[in-house]
Amino acid sequence: MPKTTHAIEKMSYEQALAELEEIVAALEGGETSLENAIKLYERGQALGRHCADLLNQAELRLQELSVTSAALSTVEDESP
Amino acid sequence: MQQPPLFSPSVLTISELTRYLRQLFESDELLQDVWVQGEVSNLACPSSGHIYLTLKDQSAALRCVIWRSTAERLRLSLQNGMAVEAHGEVRVYEVSGQYQLYIDLLRPVGEGLLYREFLRLKARLEREGLFDPQRKRPPPQLPACIAVVTSASGAALQDMLNTLRSRYPLATVVLAATPVQGDEAPPAIVAALEKLNRQVKPDVIIVARGGGSLEDLWAFNDERVVRAIAASQAPVVTGIGHETDFTLADFAADLRAPTPTAAVVAATPDKGDLQAGLSVLRRDLVALYQGILNGYRRRLDQSRLGLLRASPLRVVQVNRQRLDEVSERARRAMRSRLQLRIAELDGVSRRLAALSPTAVLERGFAIVRDGQGAVVRSVAQALPGLDLCVTVADGNFDAVVKDNVKRPDAGDDTMDV
Repeated sequence: MPKTTHAIEKMSYEQALAELEEIVAALEGGETSLENAIKLYERGQALGRHCADLLNQAELRLQELSVTSAALSTVEDESP
Repeated sequence: MQQPPLFSPSVLTISELTRYLRQLFESDELLQDVWVQGEVSNLACPSSGHIYLTLKDQSAALRCVIWRSTAERLRLSLQNGMAVEAHGEVRVYEVSGQYQLYIDLLRPVGEGLLYREFLRLKARLEREGLFDPQRKRPPPQLPACIAVVTSASGAALQDMLNTLRSRYPLATVVLAATPVQGDEAPPAIVAALEKLNRQVKPDVIIVARGGGSLEDLWAFNDERVVRAIAASQAPVVTGIGHETDFTLADFAADLRAPTPTAAVVAATPDKGDLQAGLSVLRRDLVALYQGILNGYRRRLDQSRLGLLRASPLRVVQVNRQRLDEVSERARRAMRSRLQLRIAELDGVSRRLAALSPTAVLERGFAIVRDGQGAVVRSVAQALPGLDLCVTVADGNFDAVVKDNVKRPDAGDDTMDV
């Protein structure tokens, strides 16, 4: 169980997946109160949904970093 | 001056001499595996696909043949006047009595020099430990930020972006566009790597370039580029040129992929695999939760059962059961006693039946009565002339006493009845 619970919709895929894995591991451990198990399960469900949504709806975000001087960022001729 | 003998001991045919020379050539190690340098002339490319040429320098010429299978693999287009280095085997062509070089490798002059330079630099950097396998870090499994160092205009970039979109669209891609060939390429690539590591801190950096000639790829053998890749904080995956191209950048990288697209594949997980893994995880979550719930349910059931056993109601139930058992025993005892009585009665009835006169009559006895109906038991009652009624099993008949004789041993007590 993570110490702090983040808002799921703001989590990255990696974070959400990591927490989902932690939750499954905690449930596997067995020794948990019923109340805690319910809480873990509900959060796990939400994390799983979030991950699936991210995978299904993700669009590649593209940024450009201009390397240094203008001379370097000019488009060069390339023959691949 | 000496005259040759008129009758020479042996005269060879042309074929014999030529075969002798051929064998001489074939047994020579150098002629089987030789590099020569020269200028291309008399270039002929007939439709057969084989190439014929002469390599020459200021003072000599060498006829050369390139078979079609080799010609198809040539990376450079040959022209007369071109300075080349050729590798192959020198053999005798018996038909025209000429020796020729059968070329299997061909490269422009200078490339050999470049290659030697490449090997020297590789050996030096290797000694420094730049290519150590222990230095190599695997790229992260789920990179959130992927930096790409390549040319903005190349087809390689579009291929990479397409692969990223279909395979792993979760990442942010930071493109650091640089020249990828020519003198300006190495400093630009070095600057890009440094700036990415300093400002962007991506999870992985892909350094890529589409295929090209050895010179085209030369920027990736530049010592500055190789050192920048080795020094990168983020793991570097290279995808430079084609399958067969190896640059020093590849050796310094954490992971070398054969092409730009392959570099993307190596640096990212596949969406389909991720979905499959996620499904398994979500199924596990449900199954585990159900398991835990069932565990709690089972424990609850057990506790309720225990409670039931310990309750006063249970004592009542036990007593009720005991009562049932006792009454059943009583019922059983009663029934067996009754059966005993029935059996007794049965015996008595049977004895009674045995005593019944009818039964005696069946065995042949008879009852004798006098006129008044009194049973005649004694001779004393049967006076001669007395009318008697005799009853046998199937009826009566009348009789008259003719005489009577008393059994001598009998008393007379019976006579008074």
